[in-house]
Amino acid sequence: MNPFLLFIQQLVNGLRVGSIYALVALGYTMVYGIIRLINFAHGDFIMVGGYTLAFTVPLMVAAGMPAWLAVVAAIITCAITGILVEKLAYSPVRRRGNRMSSLITAIAMSLLLENGAQVLFGANPRGVGTLFTLPNIGVFSGTTLLTIVLGALVMIALQLFVNKTKMGRGMRAVSEDKEAATLMGVHVNRTIAITFAVGSALAAVASLMYCAQYNQVTTTMGSMLGLKAFVAAVLGGIGVVPGAMLGGILIGVVESLSKAYIGTLTGGVITSAFSDAIVFAILIVVLLVKPAGILGSNAGEKV
Amino acid sequence: MMKLKKDSQKGTLLNFVGIAVLFAALLVFQQSSFASPYMRGILIQCCYVIIMVTSLNIPNGFMGQFSLGHVGFMAVGAYTSALVTKALVQVGVPYTGLPGYAMFLVAVLVGALMAGLFGLMVSVPALRLRGDYLAIITLGFGEIIRVIIQNIPIAGGKGLAEGQAGQPLIGIKNFSNMYVIVGLTIACVALMYAFVRSKYGRAIKAIRDDEIASEAAGINTTYYKVLAFTVSAFFAGVAGAIFAHRGLGTLQTSDFTFVKSTEYVLMVVLGGMGSLTGSIISAVVLSILPEVLRAFAQYRMLIYAFLLVLMMLFRPIGLCGTWEFSLLDTLRGIRGHKPKKPQAPAGVKREEVSEDV
Repeated sequence: MNPFLLFIQQLVNGLRVGSIYALVALGYTMVYGIIRLINFAHGDFIMVGGYTLAFTVPLMVAAGMPAWLAVVAAIITCAITGILVEKLAYSPVRRRGNRMSSLITAIAMSLLLENGAQVLFGANPRGVGTLFTLPNIGVFSGTTLLTIVLGALVMIALQLFVNKTKMGRGMRAVSEDKEAATLMGVHVNRTIAITFAVGSALAAVASLMYCAQYNQVTTTMGSMLGLKAFVAAVLGGIGVVPGAMLGGILIGVVESLSKAYIGTLTGGVITSAFSDAIVFAILIVVLLVKPAGILGSNAGEKV
Repeated sequence: MMKLKKDSQKGTLLNFVGIAVLFAALLVFQQSSFASPYMRGILIQCCYVIIMVTSLNIPNGFMGQFSLGHVGFMAVGAYTSALVTKALVQVGVPYTGLPGYAMFLVAVLVGALMAGLFGLMVSVPALRLRGDYLAIITLGFGEIIRVIIQNIPIAGGKGLAEGQAGQPLIGIKNFSNMYVIVGLTIACVALMYAFVRSKYGRAIKAIRDDEIASEAAGINTTYYKVLAFTVSAFFAGVAGAIFAHRGLGTLQTSDFTFVKSTEYVLMVVLGGMGSLTGSIISAVVLSILPEVLRAFAQYRMLIYAFLLVLMMLFRPIGLCGTWEFSLLDTLRGIRGHKPKKPQAPAGVKREEVSEDV
């Protein structure tokens, strides 16, 4: 195959992975924007979505409906999980403790979901079945192109939701200043819950894309994916919605290209096995050079 | 003042008596029928987990700077010390009549120094950030260290010149023995206790309580933060070195993942952020409990996570808070004296300045 076509193919693969990262990163960034919490459990929401798919896809097929409609069930389950986690754990801890205890609670919720799933479903991967049967277009697989298009559509929809609807305006208001938002008649707690629901629903869509590609789910599928998506959110500027999209796409493309070319570029010193390390190295460089991220603005510390 | 000095002398003496009693107990244990390889394994596990958790308590608890990548330093200590042991064997030191524990201690020291060096290198850039950003950047460094170790040839397979990247490191000779490991653990805990009670420790606690105020009071916050982080990484390296020489002879990078880090963080938090006593208790209990409750092994992490959420809800300071065990005070308590405790002024609570939340 000619090298240029190969490069384009790697680029498109990067865009596909990047769309998944971007959707997950959006969940991180929305929650961080509104309550200043790194929701470590967010990666595990993808896992919740994945298992919902694994269980509902056979039902859909049996009922004669297209398999991908199972994503509706996944979105509902994830949204409910997100709201439950917020209402049962984050919200009470936030009211009583400081930010450190919130962070620890987030880590605990991640462990809880992951290990809860392990107890319920076992450690072995579970097959999901075929979600889409699409023809390949040229050298690109149909699923890959669909993932990219779907990702773009969801991101446009989210952008419209945040910028054009009343709820979206409420979200932006709460993330700017909680007290002032309350005074302006924004129902803060409800807004936070809806933010969690929307973020988790995005994770469900991401799990659909993941399953379409890999066809199986494991209980730990969300942890590395979640971490990388978080890196994407920080890279783009955490708390900034377009930043998460940009960061996700960038991380995806960098990862895909580095996997393909870093070996030859560095003469075999750094191999594709380093791809995880490269993602984290990007994170470290960004945090040190511009902690607010590419699109974020630097906020000074208030005493 | 005189009374205070006398108290501290009495305390030191008592502590030495306590340590002697501990060693006597160990001696009895070693002679008894309990001392199966299995029991020894658990005891060694308790030792390295204690060192690891107490060392992690220094940045996370005493300094309030959350690190999520400490297993990275543990990995550095483990692999370095294992390779030192291998190198010593290769040049034939064991046949010179040098006692085994000396070689073990050399390996531990080199491993710990290497881990400390990594701690220094990581902390200088990382500690420019704080809070959740620091947690994330340390996590990133931890993962990078792990991936690098996984991909360097000398740290895999048979190690050194015969090494193979991506393989578990095998054939690590164990020259340590129970007494040395327990002694090392006591020494490490004592050193860390001395560190957090020293003027350095006070500076670190001041940074935790209010970084801006301590900067204004003339504390060089950057210096103390880097110092505490480096010291902590050093001891994490000791823990790693003991882990490498725990008797199984193998090391693999999957022992040092992010999940392991969260497990140690969990122990720190459950025990009490800012209490070495709490760390020791939670390290011992959470090392032994899984062995006792073998039947519930699959629920272990689930239960831990649940405990952690409950702890955050009802007692966010952890089991012991900032309380430390003192032999002197305990004995006095038994004899009916009330331990003297400095009373915190009413209405003063440690609380984070609520930022733009």
